[in-house]
Amino acid sequence: MKRVSVAATIALVVGAIAAASISAQEPGAAPAIVAVSAKRFEFTPNQITIKRGEAVTIRATTEDREHGLFQKDLKIGLDIVPGKTAEVTITPDKAGRFVAICDHFCGSGHGNMKLVILVE
Amino acid sequence: MNRPVDRRQFLRFTGLSLGAGALISVGPALAGSAAVPVRNWLRRRNGEEVSPFSFVQLSDTHVGFQGPPNPTGTKAFERAIDVVNALDPQPDLILFTGDLTHESETPGEHAKRMELFKSIAGRLRVKKVMRVPGEHDAALDGGVLYREHFGDTRYSFDHRGVHFVALDNVSTGTPAVGAEQLAWLQKDLARYPHTAPIVVFTHRPLFDLRPDWEWFTRDGDEVMNALAPYENVTVLYGHIHRHDVHESEHAKHYASRSLIFGFPDPSGNGDKKPMPFDKEKPFRNLGLQRLSERSGQGRRAQLGVDDVELTIREYSGTEGVQQILKSGVTL
Repeated sequence: MKRVSVAATIALVVGAIAAASISAQEPGAAPAIVAVSAKRFEFTPNQITIKRGEAVTIRATTEDREHGLFQKDLKIGLDIVPGKTAEVTITPDKAGRFVAICDHFCGSGHGNMKLVILVE
Repeated sequence: MNRPVDRRQFLRFTGLSLGAGALISVGPALAGSAAVPVRNWLRRRNGEEVSPFSFVQLSDTHVGFQGPPNPTGTKAFERAIDVVNALDPQPDLILFTGDLTHESETPGEHAKRMELFKSIAGRLRVKKVMRVPGEHDAALDGGVLYREHFGDTRYSFDHRGVHFVALDNVSTGTPAVGAEQLAWLQKDLARYPHTAPIVVFTHRPLFDLRPDWEWFTRDGDEVMNALAPYENVTVLYGHIHRHDVHESEHAKHYASRSLIFGFPDPSGNGDKKPMPFDKEKPFRNLGLQRLSERSGQGRRAQLGVDDVELTIREYSGTEGVQQILKSGVTL
C-alpha cells in the first residue's frame, strides 16, 4: 500500500451525506482525500465521484469491526482495522462506474456492503 | 438403497458437454496392455497407480438459511443425498466445497446448524466424506467452530493415485489462502512428481471470475503458480451457486451448483442477487457435480464432469411446493 503525506485539498466529512464528489484538481496539487467510514453493512458515503487522471487518497476507518475495501480495477485493497486508518492513493485512468466491496466477511448483509466509485 | 438411479425421474443433465472442453486428463490410460508400462512407472513414481473411480461434489448447502430465495430449507440437500445414494455404482467419496451452514450470531445456533448438517450428510451411503469451509461456516470466528465440528480446514490425502488437496480460502475472514497455508501447499506438493494427478477443492474460485461480486481469491494467482509445474490439475469449488467451467494456463476449474439457491450469470450487468424461487420448479438451478473416469483412447484417461440439476417431477407445481413445505414429507 502506498502511503502519502498530504495537505488535504478536500476532506469529505463522514456524516449524513450519502454521496460525495471531488472538484477539479490543480496541476501538481496533492491528492484529494476522501474519508470513508465502514460499519456493518455499509460504507458512508456509499458513493463518491472522482476525476479521471487525478490522484485521490481514500482514507478508511471502521466504526465496529474489521472490514475490507476492495476494487480490483482501481487497485484498491484495504484492510480496515478498528482503531487504525487505512489509506490508498489512486489515479484512475479510465472513466466508469466501479463497485468496491467489503471483502472481509462481516455477517449476514455483508454481500450488500458496497461503495460505488464514479470516475468522470 | 441398491436400485439404479432413474435419471429421467430424478436428474436432468444440463450444460453437460462430453467434448474436449468438459474433459480433463488425470493420468495414463487405465486399460490395455500398451498402458501397463506407464501404469507401472506411475506406481513407482507416485506410490499408487491411478485406477477408475468416481466421486461427487456437493456445495453450498447453507443449512439454517431461511428466506424467500428458498423456503424449502434443507429439502434440496436431502434430495441430493437421495440421488447420490441411488447411484450405481456408488462413488468412492464425496467432497463438500463449503458453506455447509449459514451463519448465525445467536449463541448456540450456528453449532446446531453444524450438527444438523452432519445429521443429514450422515445419511450418505458413502462414508468417505471430505469438506472445506465456506465463509458462512468459518469467516466470523476464524474457523473455530468449524474445526470443533469438522476438523482441519486444510489437508491433503491420496485416493487411487490421485492427490487431493483441501484449501481454505475463507477462515481468515478475507478471500485469501494466506502465506502460511501457501507455504504448506508448496511443501505438500513437493512430495509428488509433476505427473501426479491433483484435485484441489476449495470454496472460492482461485481466479478472478467476478471480483466485484467477491468471486475471487486475493492470492489465487500464487496458488496457481505453486500448482503450475503439475501436469494434471483440476480445481473444484463452490461459492458462486452455479455451474461454471474455466480453463487457466495450467488447470481446469469447475464450480458446482448450490443446494440452496442459484446466482445469476456473472457475465451480465446485473447485481448479484439470488435467483427467485420458482414454485413450478422448486429445485431449479440447484444440483451437484459428478466426476468419473471416462474411457480414453491412447495413453491418457480422462475425467468427465457431469453438471447435475435436481428436479422433482412428483412434486412439481404449486401443490407440490405445498407438499414440500409440509413437515414430515419425505421426498
